[in-house]
Amino acid sequence: MITLEFAVNVALALTVFGLVTGCIRMFKGPTPADRIVALDLVTVLLVAVSSLLALQLDNSAYLDLGLALALVGFLATVGFARYLETNTHIPLDDADVEQDLDDTQKDNASRERL
Amino acid sequence: MSDTIVSILIVLGGGFAAVAGLGLLRLPDVFIRMHASTKAGTLGVGLIVLGVSVHFASSLVLAKAILIIAFLFLTAPVGAHLIARAAYRRGIRLWDRTLMDDDPMKNSTSQRNDSENSSPEKSASE
Repeated sequence: MITLEFAVNVALALTVFGLVTGCIRMFKGPTPADRIVALDLVTVLLVAVSSLLALQLDNSAYLDLGLALALVGFLATVGFARYLETNTHIPLDDADVEQDLDDTQKDNASRERL
Repeated sequence: MSDTIVSILIVLGGGFAAVAGLGLLRLPDVFIRMHASTKAGTLGVGLIVLGVSVHFASSLVLAKAILIIAFLFLTAPVGAHLIARAAYRRGIRLWDRTLMDDDPMKNSTSQRNDSENSSPEKSASE
């Protein structure tokens, strides 16, 4: 039984490592599509975490949580993908946003000089 | 005996989940990152849920586990296809070492402002 608990802890640690890297990509990701992919992976890995919690707490009700999370995560992915495809005015890259900010700041500076 | 099988399945699934996260962090491009997140992530979660169902060994838990696995394996390709289609049609930049890009509109003069005009022609050519 000790070996099973150890295995559950190792699997939880590995899955949480995947979650943390997914969150880093969601914060960093230069395009919105990166963030949608990272959100998809984070939702899928949360299903894994809830299944491992069912194993660790010896309560099979956590599997229902995983099932509901999988349903909601798929709907979120579809919704964000449709949003990215249909709205052509959202910026495609964080570098472009910073470029726009620099341009507006330069505009403001030149206006102040005038 | 069943504890051994459960431990192997769970640790293997956790390893696939970690590889999926690592690939999402390290790979260079949206379309390449999608490989890691979709395939390795779904396989890791499937292995973990399978191990949980082996541990509980009841028909109700097995039914829930099969439902989760079937739903994930059905929806992961659909979601990945939707994200990839949205990203490609919006003209997100590919990796600079990409060898080939099949979109004929990319080689014309303006890439990024043409996305509204190019989509009906693309759907007509498909």
